[in-house]
Amino acid sequence: MIESSGHEGGHEAPRGFLRRYVFSTDHKVIGIQYFLTAVVMALVATVLAMLIRVQLAWPEKAVVAPETYVSLVTMHGTLMVFFVVSLALVSGFGNFLIPLHVGARDMAYPFLNMLSFWVIVPGCVLMLASFLVEGGAAAAGWTAYPPLSALGKAVPGSGLGQTLWLLAMALFIASFTMGGLNYVTTIVNCRTRGMSMMRLPLVVWTFLISAVLGLLSFPALTAAAILLLLDRHAGTSFYLPAGLVFGNETLPHQGGTPLLFQHLFWFLGHPEVYVLVLPALGIGFEVIAAFARRPPFGYRLSVYSILVIAVLSMIVWGHHMFVSGMNPYLGKYFSIVTVLITVPFSVLGLNLIASLWRGRIRLDAAMLFALGLVSAIGIGGLGGLYLGTATSDLYFHDSYFVVGHFHFTIGTVTFFGIYAGTYYWFPKMFGRRMDEGLGRVHFWLTVTSLFPMFLLMHYQGLGGLLRRTYDPTVYAYNAAARGLNLSITLLAFGLGAGQIVFLVNLFRSMFAGERTGENPWQATTLEWTTESPAPHGNWRREVPSAHRSPYEYGRNGGAEDFVLQSAEKA
Amino acid sequence: MNKLWSLLFLAVPVGSVGLFIWAPANGHWWPKPLSSYGADIDYFYYLITVITTIMFLVTELLLTWAVFKYRSDTPGRASHWHDNKKLEITWTAATALILLWLGVYQIGIWKDVKFPGRFPKDAQLVAEVTGRQFEWRFRYPGADGKLHTVDDVQTVNELHVPVGVPVKILLKAQDVLHSFFLPNFRVKQDAVPGVEIPVWWKSTEEGVFDLVCAELCGWGHYKMKGRITVESPEKFQAWLTKTWQEQEATR
Repeated sequence: MIESSGHEGGHEAPRGFLRRYVFSTDHKVIGIQYFLTAVVMALVATVLAMLIRVQLAWPEKAVVAPETYVSLVTMHGTLMVFFVVSLALVSGFGNFLIPLHVGARDMAYPFLNMLSFWVIVPGCVLMLASFLVEGGAAAAGWTAYPPLSALGKAVPGSGLGQTLWLLAMALFIASFTMGGLNYVTTIVNCRTRGMSMMRLPLVVWTFLISAVLGLLSFPALTAAAILLLLDRHAGTSFYLPAGLVFGNETLPHQGGTPLLFQHLFWFLGHPEVYVLVLPALGIGFEVIAAFARRPPFGYRLSVYSILVIAVLSMIVWGHHMFVSGMNPYLGKYFSIVTVLITVPFSVLGLNLIASLWRGRIRLDAAMLFALGLVSAIGIGGLGGLYLGTATSDLYFHDSYFVVGHFHFTIGTVTFFGIYAGTYYWFPKMFGRRMDEGLGRVHFWLTVTSLFPMFLLMHYQGLGGLLRRTYDPTVYAYNAAARGLNLSITLLAFGLGAGQIVFLVNLFRSMFAGERTGENPWQATTLEWTTESPAPHGNWRREVPSAHRSPYEYGRNGGAEDFVLQSAEKA
Repeated sequence: MNKLWSLLFLAVPVGSVGLFIWAPANGHWWPKPLSSYGADIDYFYYLITVITTIMFLVTELLLTWAVFKYRSDTPGRASHWHDNKKLEITWTAATALILLWLGVYQIGIWKDVKFPGRFPKDAQLVAEVTGRQFEWRFRYPGADGKLHTVDDVQTVNELHVPVGVPVKILLKAQDVLHSFFLPNFRVKQDAVPGVEIPVWWKSTEEGVFDLVCAELCGWGHYKMKGRITVESPEKFQAWLTKTWQEQEATR
């Protein structure tokens, strides 16, 4: 040990390239590895999205085949939810930030942490490989509802592609579970002196609750996936009832029901939304506090709201199944609790807005994205009201209204969280700043294309246009709605172009960005008390203690308008 | 310069409101409801739209106002203000009350539409509907009024129902999930293999409309298209008899 800090883990950084950058157990390296993996997967998922938009804008040209189209929508959704947003936001930022925020030298289980990353890598490879197998990638939607996903004869992608999809998801779940265990243990057990739970930065609270939700809900999907594999390969009938007929062949299955899978899937699927959205909100709180120069409004109320969201999110899954054939008496219950989950969510949104009040707001790129995130929560949350009330979901279910809605919530809120976090913590990751000018260009290009694009999708849903429709011109009723497809595609191209600006900025700044010191944003939390980039073991000296709330901004008196969380009280 | 940047945030509320005015004028709105409960369901769209519009405008304008008013180039330091119990309790309680009221209020219509025990007693069983890749099959009870007897009338992708009377169908699927969607009638119900689900509605206007599959059912999902013809009870009977005769002639 070089330092005599008395803390475990304060050893020297490994010297070899492999141990330092590839098979590293350092939480910061692992976080960045997750982030860069997510960037690669995002590129693939974006190309898929562009192909979808090209097909929808010019259906008469039949750019892709119909069976390819269903694979495209399936894989775009799967990759974006599990392999982009989950990886970048929860695994990436979670790993990078938690030890720095709570004042630990590393995660509780560094080796498990490394393992979690090296389990997701083959998962990514399997997902991508599934495009190359016979029949193509999975084509039963990202929800993988059987019988479509259970029977090879149901759709071409339901062959080897679906098997690879299930295996890759199993690896993802294993990886995410290891990560979650680490998060919970680290936050509960490895906090530095003085870091009480109510002194945790809000983003750490969101990572904690997100990890707990993941640990509670993912086992249901694991079970669902195993049963589906058995139905596919061992001749069981968990999801398959008697009397299935394909062509002239009656299948020998009996006794199961497809609804069982839907319940298991959404028992994970709905909490998963909050697993992703909560950390984005947490990042919003951190960034808004630092750039409005005042503490977030209603810290305690926000923590309680996050806890209420956690509890409610486990018991609302049925709102994805109002018209599924589930007993309508259940629909009544699920509808009421779903509408109620909007309450803690609105409170978080209102707290974010109130956090701007009487601040001194600097509009840096990180802050722009944090403010955009607040707008997106508003639109996404309010749009959710139409879908959460069972009565109006009758019409909107599976329409483009839903597509527009979830692209605002698990699409925009999460991506804006990732972007705000990237601009904000980039100095701590690489010791350099990202370019502000390019950051602003990125923001305004993104906002001006993204908001109209997904808003227009809501209007398409009003007109009854349905998702996963290869060629909507087959029908007459949706003529007006599908007329918007060309505009939406052009906006999607604009959105894609805006993200190129981000990628250029990201990689250029890694090597050529302006160098920064410890605390470029004059922020208060513990990660800003160490050098940039943070060294192995996080602090060269003793780990700082927490002596006050994490948000001592707007303090009058001193030369500075802030006091570090680690500053001892006079 | 800072002023200008902060005002750009007005683009979101202004743009959204602009779209909200432009859209209905250009046909981007709910299609006219053509079933007895369609208007009741639509009433909730409008009610929710009133609530969301107010909440959206208030929050967006507060956001823009704050970004404008509390710019970093205004004199003085930020205030260390972080709590206000009254304010917190007020907006928690207010949203909770409005939303709980909405949640409970809308359930009445949900019950009327979906609870089999509340279907109209006089609903006429029109057909058994079976979804399969990629077509709709209809089986109408013939003259004896019973299904699965020799006088059943069968059609593919052609649904006829009488106007002005409550009708009931029995929805099934034979291979994968499908969804029976009549946009103009606000009817949507998934068809699930192994389950028979009753669906009812009362058409209020005659005409020919689209029947759409709303649940991904394979590569041909997009073309799983049916047609519903709403006509007077007399015409409906005449059509049923004629189809029966054609069916017998080609047997």
